Formats: sequence, structure tokens, C-alpha cells
Amino acid sequence: MEFISQHPVLVAAVVKVVVLLFVVMTALAYLTWLERKVVAHIQSRWGPYYVGAHGLLQPLADGIKFLFKEDVTPPASDRLIYLLAPFLALSLALTALGLIPFGPPGVRFPNGQPVFIVSDVSIGLLFLFAITSLGVYGVALAGWSSNSKYPLLGALRSSAQMISYEVSLTVSVVGVLLLAGTLNFNHIIEGQRGYWHWLRIVPHWYIVPQIVGFLCYLTAAIAETNRVPFDLPEAETELVAGFHTEYSSFKFAMFFMAEYANMITVSCLATILFFGGWLSPFPDRWTWQLYLPGAGLLALGVYCAYDSVTEMRGLARLQLSVVTLLALGGGALCLLPGVAPVIQGPFWFTAKVLGFLFFYIWIRGTLPRFRYDQLMSFGWKLLLPVSLANLVLTAAWFAWGWVRG
Amino acid sequence: MNAHGKNRQMTAPIETAAGPAQPMILNMGPQHPSTHGVLRVVLELDGEIVRKARPVIGYLHTGIEKSCESKTYSQAITLTDRIDYLAPLSNNLGYCLAVEKLLGLEVPKRAQYIRVLLTELTRIASHLVWLGTHAIDLGAMSVFLYSFREREEIMKIFEFVAGQRMMTSYFRIGGLALEPPPGWLDRVRRVVESMPGHVDEYEDLLTRNRIWMARTQGVGVLSAADAIAMGVSGPMLRGSGIAHDTRKAFPYSSYDEFDFQIPTQTAGDCYARYLVRIAEIRESVKIVRQAMEKVPAEGPIRAEAPGIVPPSREEMKTSIEGLIYHFKIFTEGFVPPPGEVYQVIESPRGELGVFVASDGSPKPYRVKFRTPSFVNLQSLPRLCEGRLIADVVACIGTTDIVLGEVDR
Repeated sequence: MEFISQHPVLVAAVVKVVVLLFVVMTALAYLTWLERKVVAHIQSRWGPYYVGAHGLLQPLADGIKFLFKEDVTPPASDRLIYLLAPFLALSLALTALGLIPFGPPGVRFPNGQPVFIVSDVSIGLLFLFAITSLGVYGVALAGWSSNSKYPLLGALRSSAQMISYEVSLTVSVVGVLLLAGTLNFNHIIEGQRGYWHWLRIVPHWYIVPQIVGFLCYLTAAIAETNRVPFDLPEAETELVAGFHTEYSSFKFAMFFMAEYANMITVSCLATILFFGGWLSPFPDRWTWQLYLPGAGLLALGVYCAYDSVTEMRGLARLQLSVVTLLALGGGALCLLPGVAPVIQGPFWFTAKVLGFLFFYIWIRGTLPRFRYDQLMSFGWKLLLPVSLANLVLTAAWFAWGWVRG
Repeated sequence: MNAHGKNRQMTAPIETAAGPAQPMILNMGPQHPSTHGVLRVVLELDGEIVRKARPVIGYLHTGIEKSCESKTYSQAITLTDRIDYLAPLSNNLGYCLAVEKLLGLEVPKRAQYIRVLLTELTRIASHLVWLGTHAIDLGAMSVFLYSFREREEIMKIFEFVAGQRMMTSYFRIGGLALEPPPGWLDRVRRVVESMPGHVDEYEDLLTRNRIWMARTQGVGVLSAADAIAMGVSGPMLRGSGIAHDTRKAFPYSSYDEFDFQIPTQTAGDCYARYLVRIAEIRESVKIVRQAMEKVPAEGPIRAEAPGIVPPSREEMKTSIEGLIYHFKIFTEGFVPPPGEVYQVIESPRGELGVFVASDGSPKPYRVKFRTPSFVNLQSLPRLCEGRLIADVVACIGTTDIVLGEVDR
């Protein structure tokens, strides 16, 4: 007990890291479920359905399957690097998530540490970019150490692509930095509180003056995370599986998780920079918004209850009943006067991030893939000039005081 | 020396700055997601640029032509299903027409119209598979599932009419295997009426899609002269601007009574071939509609040719001649006059030629299929050399090969 009271920062950090890892790992698993479900419904199919009610246990089954697969290391590979690459990819992707503020810093533990922020770094954005840029090493080393042709080609493509789009990605958010005047995520979010004075209903989010920057960021972010239509590194129909062709078992799963973690990271970043992070889009005087999370969960619970009675049979009904109880209980908990204000920040943050993730998946269900040279010329000849122009324009606006920061 | 060094020596000597580096040899296939079966393409790469492409075939050789020589003429029909397994009815038709030509048989009009109707449905189904696989090769995943959804409806019609989804063997020498079940035309009508709307959906997703256009326009250009020189046929030829279609040039099975266009494009690239096939789906819908009008509700579906065409069940059970013919046809087969015939039809992939030589025995002396996939595949190196790896996938896609047909 003495230790805990003497080291409040350390203890809080450890607790938060453990909880965050658990939450993120679960989120990653269920992101694959979400993706499969959404894409399936876009393509007029059901998606996972049989492993658990509505396929809800599918991520678990996948994980177990990955663990039990034979872990093949190609004899010609560079063993150390081959082993290191997936660890590098996943650990960097998870580290980046540690910088994200999931809720307001005002919510604190009894010992004074903020609940929803693992690390409040004053140069948060810079640090995050530094970490995500390292992610390319995981890909490049994986492709190189496999000592096989398809992975090599995939890794070359991927390195070139990630480095190119890194530039546009960084330039596209500088406009926001000019408006916010800080690199700290919390200050950036606080800067978006309130409303644009000329339109009372539009929240003071940076997407309004920075719509061009946002579009550039979105495009670059999709490319940065190797998603459709920029999924060349793992273009299945060209390069089999790209840089991780030779990987199997849990090493493959680690690349997979890293990709999804990166997806979450860039979505979080978009939310923070352009959509006001954990701020609610509604004015504070609308107190009913306090009950939105609880009401949402209760509605989900009611739907699950209805579904489990009308559609499900046997074990699936039991599983869905558990989900129902969890949703109803969680909903009731969120309605408690002590909990409702606390849950607001994470609720809005999660909602916005989910919106982005849905958009990602939606794109995957719609668009074909770019070709390598088209991708490069798109990045360098269109995206970079546009984001640079956006930066110059924003700077000019700012210099002449047309936009109040 | 580490593992890397050993492996390098095993494959290709890579020189240092002192000498030029060797090109990278990449085996695309026979196990590869987008070689549509077991095609193997040996690529000589300079970075991502393909310097040389050499298709290696034969992984799906099943000896169908040779097997035909040990079957009677009727038995060989089941083998033709398996040549182009995406358009079995077209193969059935080509073979049956060739043998009928050898025998000098005239097939009743009703059977001819039903044949036209079903082969056009086959063309639609085959083009839908092509569209889906081509789109998924280029990353547009949803189109694949949409087109297979529609193909499934056509497969259900085949199952309803012939009892089999794919290996139908529905066309027999002298006519059809069975009387189509009542109500089949309603099913056809439902599918055909909904098809133009579905094609519009695919076009919404692809035709004006900037990424799709960038991926296919100017890619894999085949000039008209090259196309003719290599014997390319079908939608590939028409995509290069030559309006040649066997259905118009050498009409068979009453195709001359149908009103349809030959869609052509002049660009000769992957996009042009895509547009041609999309337009062909629409034209086939037109032909099926006309065929539905023309098919009489009643009438014979087999030619009157005792000893060649099996008698009806009732005849077999009630008359002694019927019983004898039935027994002879299904034990030793029939004997066409000695001679050679060649019959071409327009399969979904192009000109399908069937050569049958008879030596006056109940089994063919030689059967040869001039399959469009095999010939069209020749153009692959011309299409993709000097381009990027990603373009190879697009080119294989619009060549629309079926490996069963290439290797036979």
C-alpha cells in the first residue's frame, strides 16, 4: 500500500497500460469481425454467423486457430530478422495507441492521475508520427528476411508507399497545428471546444477550415495503413500476400493485428485533429446527451433480446442472452448520475472512431486497387502539392487574421 | 556465410556494381490467386517491369481429345462438358453440331431455339464469372459476389432444365436430352428481365470508376493486325475493332433468324475488352428474349432418325423396333459415314472449332477441339511485356482463359 501511495504515476500507468492493451486487443479482434460483417452485408452475404450468435465468437476461434497452426520458418530466411519483424510491427502499432487521449484529462483517479490518458506528451503528435514512421521497418524487414520473391516485391512496394505517403500525411496535418498552436493532443482537442462564430450549429472542429487538409489526411492515412484502394503491399491477386507471404501461425496474426491497430491509430488521429476528439458535437446545455451512451446500450440490449427470442436457437440463444444482459447492464450503469458524465468523453471518441473505421471498410467493399506507378504519381503529384497548398493557404489566412485560432 | 548467401547461389548469380544485375525470374503460378486455375507464367522482371512473359501450360491436361476416341459418339458428349467448364453447353453444342453435320441430321426448330436460348444463357453466365474474377483481380471485391449471385440464378435454370448445374450434357446428337420441364420459360424470363438492371449495377461500380479506368485503359493493347496474326477470336478480337462473330459469319442453329449486334471497340486494351463483354451480356439478353418468343410450346425436340437418335421411352416400351434401336444405340452406338467435318461456333471465349474424323466405326477416329482460350493465350506475352506486374493480372483477366480449355 505504501508503494502505491508513493508512486501514483507508475501505478496508474501500469493499470492503464494493462487495461488499454486488453481493450485494444479485444477491439482488434472485433474489428476483424466488424469488417467481415460489414463487407459481407455490402456484398449481400451473411458473413460469420455460426461461431457464436451472429459470429460473435469468430475472432476467438480465429485466434485459437492461429495459435495452433504450424509456425513455419523458411530455411533460407534470415532467422533473427524474420522473427523480429512481426514483433516490431505489432509493438510499434500498439505503442502509438498509448499516446491517444480517449477522454478528457479532467476525469481522474483518486490519486490525481487522469483516467483516459495513458501518457500526456507535450509533443504528442510529433511523437506519434515518429513511432508510426518506424512501422515501415516491420514491413521492409519482413519482406527482406523472408528471402522470397513475392515478399521482397511486396516489401519494396510497401516501403516506397509508406515513405511517400508519410510526407503527405504529415504535411496535411500541419494546417491543424497552425490553428491549434500546439502539438499536445489535449490542447488540440480543447482548441476545438465551442462553435464557429458565424454558424452557431457547426462545432468548432478543425475540419471546417481544414476540409482540404482532412481529405488529404484521409487519403494518405488509407495508403499509410495499406488498405484498399492502396493495398498494394499485400495485393493478394498480384503478390499472393505481399510482405507476409512466408509468415504463418501467430507471426502472421501479429502482422494482421498490427495492420488493424494502425487503422485504429489513424482513425483516432483523424478524430482528434479534425473532429474534436472526445468533445460532444452538441452544446453543453443539452443535458439529455448525458444519457445517450446508456440509451444506446439499452437499445442494443433490447434488440439483442428481441433477436435472441425470435431468431436464435439453442446455444446461440444462450450466447446472445449473455450479450443482452451485458448490454442492458452496461446501459443501466451508464445512466447512473455518477457514471454518465464520466463516460461522455470516451463515448464520443469511440463513436467518431467507429465512424471512421466503418468508412474504411465501406471503401474496401467498393473500390478497385491502384497500380504501383499510379499510386506513386498520385501521392507525389497530386496529394503532396494539394496538402502543401493547403498549408500555405492556412498560413496566409492565419497571418492575416482571417481565421481565429 | 549466412542462409541468404547460400540461397542466392542456388537461384541466380547477382553481380555487384561491377556488372549488370540479372533480371529476377518470378514464377507466377501454377498456384497463384489470379492465374485463374493452373496457368503458370514465367516472368522476367526488371524491378516491377515485366521484360518477358512466358505462359507455361499443361498442368490441367486431361486428355479429353484422346479419350473421345475410345467412346462412342454419344458418350463423348459428357467429355465435352469438361473442356470449358464455365460454358459446358457451348461445348456440347459445338460437338453435337459437328456430329450432326457428319450424319447430315436436321434438328427440329424447337430444339434449335432451345439450344440458342441455353447457349446464350451460358454466355451470360460465363461473362459473369469473367467479370467477377477480373474485378477481384483488380481489387474490386464486391463485383465478384454480385456477379456470382446472378450467375447462380442461371445455374438454377440449368439444373431445372437439364438436372445438372455445370456438367449438363443437355444437348445430344439430333436434339436435346429431355423435354424441358413445364414452367421453365417463366424462370428464364425472371432471370432475363432482371439481368439488364444487374449489369447496370456492375457498370455503376466500374465503368466510370476512375481507378478502374486507370487500371484498364491503355493496358494490354492488342492491335487488330496482331490479333488476326495470332488467330485471336471472340471478345478479344472484337475489342481490337474487328466485328467478327461466328454467329453472324457462319450462322448455325438458326442464329440467322435472330436480331442482334456485334459489339466492338477499337482501343484494343483491357477496358475495350471489358466494354465488349459487358455489351455482349446485354446482346445475349436480347437473343434470349427473342428465343423465348420463338420457342413453340409443343413439338419434337429430337430429329427423326431411327438408329441414331434414341426412341422415346414409350416407343421403346411398346414397339420391337424401338427396343432394338434403343439397345443398339446404347451398346454399340451408331455408325456415321466415313469422312471429316469441321464445325465452328461462337463460344463465350471466341471461336470454338470441333473437328471430327470418322472411319466408319461407332467411335470417332479423331476429335480435335480448336479452343479459343488456347489460341487467345498466345497473345499474353504481347499484352504484358514492358508493363508492370499488376498489368499482367489485368491482361490475364481480360484474356478470359479457362485452363481446362487451354490444356484439354
